[in-house]
Amino acid sequence: MRILAGLSRYGFEGKVERNAPLLYLGHQPGVKALLTPRENLAWHVAGEASYSDEEIEMALASVGLYGYEDVPSHALSAGQHRRVNLARMYLSQSALWLLDEPFTAIDKTGVSELEALLEGHVERGGAVILSSHQTLAVRREVIALSLIKGMLL
Amino acid sequence: MSAPNTSAFCLRLLRRQLVLAVRRPIEIGNPLLFFAMVVALFPLGLGPAPDKLANFAPGILWIIALLSNLLTSDAVFRSDFEDGSLEHLLLSPQPLYLSVLSYIAAHWLITGLLLALVSPMFALMLNLPSQGIIALAVSLLLGTAILSLIGGIGAALTVGLKRGGMLISLLILPLYMPVLIFGSAAVQAAVGGNPAGPYLAILGAMLSLAIALAPFAVAAGLRISVDA
Repeated sequence: MRILAGLSRYGFEGKVERNAPLLYLGHQPGVKALLTPRENLAWHVAGEASYSDEEIEMALASVGLYGYEDVPSHALSAGQHRRVNLARMYLSQSALWLLDEPFTAIDKTGVSELEALLEGHVERGGAVILSSHQTLAVRREVIALSLIKGMLL
Repeated sequence: MSAPNTSAFCLRLLRRQLVLAVRRPIEIGNPLLFFAMVVALFPLGLGPAPDKLANFAPGILWIIALLSNLLTSDAVFRSDFEDGSLEHLLLSPQPLYLSVLSYIAAHWLITGLLLALVSPMFALMLNLPSQGIIALAVSLLLGTAILSLIGGIGAALTVGLKRGGMLISLLILPLYMPVLIFGSAAVQAAVGGNPAGPYLAILGAMLSLAIALAPFAVAAGLRISVDA
């Protein structure tokens, strides 16, 4: 995932070419404990576009953090940190999403909401590459690559 | 929704770093406390004779400033590296040169600037003659900015290492030397009744050079550290 994102070249000798703007959600949520979810999300998306306060609030509400916008993040759980990070998908304009284990620490309802979000993104013409320990329950065709067996499933 | 411009992004980064620092005031207080403690040690080690202390004061004050900067440099990128924020920054469409400069500007505002502002008080503790005090504050103002920029290079290169503390000292202390030489020379000149201007001008030139070049080195260092 990190190689695809262009962050790493560790043991990799090929070349990654990518024309579309990218949304990369890494292994670490990148949520600062001293900042509130609102401040964290506003900072995460600051490089891509300017969003209004309402848009940030909407995105946080979409991941179930309504009412937690201004609570210091150190008072939140690991799953809530992860969701602050996932809220970026609700704001993103990028065509390509690279998600490194997005379902970690997310409950069942959360997972199905995410799956719906991913499907919606693909229907709008976007593409998603994600790594996961569980099978994806989506109606669309998924190209799955087993990293243990090293082959297409 | 509109495309963000770079200066707004950099201001936002600067504000984020300052908010983080204000919410952990100990990180602002520690370097100042360190400065005060070490200044208090010198009369104990050298003897309290005022004229002797006055002689050494320019060098002492500058060396402590340098060490207190060294102590804090290590942390500039560390927490952002550990929690993944740095990856986001590297992938952001904004120019890394300016983002890096904002990081370092924030670091300087909460360490160097404060240190330069309170330095006259410490100068009095070491009996620095009053004509040297302005030169001390101005040279620290310029000098600590250079130190922050150089320290940023060390911090970027060692951020991926578990125990980078010692290595960062070895990497950047040699680069700190010219700053120390001209910084303390400026104060000594002012104490001796000579113009400090030429030394301050050289510090200014070094600062311009550091602003122009150091962020490139820091950016490259960060890419290497995130890659590893």
